[in-house]
Amino acid sequence: MTKLLQTAMDAVAVGSLYALIALGYTMVYGVLKFINFAHSDIFVLGAWSSFAMAAALGWTKAGATPPLLGGFAILLASMAFCAAAGIAIERFAYRPLRGAPRLNVLITAIGVSLLLQNVGQLPFVFGTQPQRMPQLLPDRVLASVAGVDLRLVDLIGAGTAVALMLGLEALVFRTKLGRAMRAVSWDVKTAALMGIPVDRVVAFTFGLGSALAAAAGLLYAMKYPGLNQPAHATWVLLGLKAFVAAVVGGIGNIRGAMLGGLLIGAVELFGAAYFSPHLRDLYVFTLLILVLLYRPAGLLGRAAVEKV
Amino acid sequence: MNGPLLSVRGLTVRYGAIEALHGIDLDVPEGRIVTLIGSNGAGKTTTLRTISGLLRASAGSVAFAGEEIGELAPHEIVKRGVVQAPEGRGIFPNMSVDENLALGAFTRSDSAGIAADRERSLALFPRLRERLSQSAGTLSGGEQQMLAIARALLARPRLLLLDEPSLGLAPQVVATIFRIVREINAAGTTILLVEQNARMALSVSHVGCVLEVGRIVLRDEASALAKSDSVRRAYLGGE
Repeated sequence: MTKLLQTAMDAVAVGSLYALIALGYTMVYGVLKFINFAHSDIFVLGAWSSFAMAAALGWTKAGATPPLLGGFAILLASMAFCAAAGIAIERFAYRPLRGAPRLNVLITAIGVSLLLQNVGQLPFVFGTQPQRMPQLLPDRVLASVAGVDLRLVDLIGAGTAVALMLGLEALVFRTKLGRAMRAVSWDVKTAALMGIPVDRVVAFTFGLGSALAAAAGLLYAMKYPGLNQPAHATWVLLGLKAFVAAVVGGIGNIRGAMLGGLLIGAVELFGAAYFSPHLRDLYVFTLLILVLLYRPAGLLGRAAVEKV
Repeated sequence: MNGPLLSVRGLTVRYGAIEALHGIDLDVPEGRIVTLIGSNGAGKTTTLRTISGLLRASAGSVAFAGEEIGELAPHEIVKRGVVQAPEGRGIFPNMSVDENLALGAFTRSDSAGIAADRERSLALFPRLRERLSQSAGTLSGGEQQMLAIARALLARPRLLLLDEPSLGLAPQVVATIFRIVREINAAGTTILLVEQNARMALSVSHVGCVLEVGRIVLRDEASALAKSDSVRRAYLGGE
């Protein structure tokens, strides 16, 4: 019982973070029809820029206690910073390739990813040493159920992730801007004929996806404070699993990304807890293979006919 | 204002090595319906897409209300009042009819004016009113075409570009749509119409131009063109 409850809580916490990252993959795919492989590095940038800000404020010293809302201030600042980075990447790396074959854009995305990883390792940026993220969010044990501690920081983490997803859902399905995003995602040319400034909508989409990834980066570091260096394989794997979440849910589908994230989190953590923790990656990628075999468009995706 | 509302000069468009338009001249006077007829592949859609900014001309100019618009982005062209209902209707099938109409008014923020124009559009196409909350993909072909035109009207066009509104529709529906096209024009909107259905198009238009493989080969009053022997033979199926 204890194990079940603990695993379920972890699955929701980690799954909602996968979902936040998956949203960025899926939104960019929606508007530009390519996989932004640099997206997982924005997630890393979110975690590391939060750490850098906390360090600059002296909150990483032993015994330092950040102010109550300090964590939220850093969350917003790193979201804004990563949004700006995402918009800059789109402007200078991807926009010049609008209309180029998709393979070129894909290769560029891999290039941007390598660039971010390697710039991140420079000594005057984040360096190559692992760091320990301080606890920036208020934390205490709220309740104990069947031997499992319900911690405030976990609640805030999951709550923030869910609030961001609900906010995104409202933005996309209830606002004029969201309607424009959906129109661009359906057909860029027709969207332009509606008077929608396509470039601006694409830039906004990148900024939004990057901000969500930044939030995921900080929240992830709250749960797992050991911060590996920016090019470490663990980051790559996390990004890859979030991408799997987007594909499992149906790439291009926003609700699919949320569902896929939670599903991947559940499969990974329940598998690790009840079968073998060594095979956690295997569960995720097995799920991917099964979905691709039986529902290639993803759980909520529609079977798309490639437009020429 | 003197001179035509839309004035196209020497418009040349290429797709890679292939030249699709070989320098066409086209005038659309304010308040008129001008139709561009021609067979498949003559360059009709290319002409409209270039006017809307979706394609870039390799030479020539497009002037609207005296202003050169050939270098503007498509959304800037819409803002100036040149609005297109594209070939194949271009509706958003996964959105409701109402959302499609709202997208038509994307460039505007005068909610009272939008509401009035929405009413006017729905009065022209009463069938859309019954289907406002339905997803646009479930409409019949004729209803989708009506939606495409109604949506374009919500942008409050000064010049409405219509690309093959009769495509794939039953004769009865085509007649309805052309009747409405005329009403829209009578209410003050200038129209540039592109059609394969030459008979129908000439019957509602003031001026007709015949486009043949990237060149305008004939230009006259629509009624005169409809009587011309060569046009009858080539496009109207007459003997």
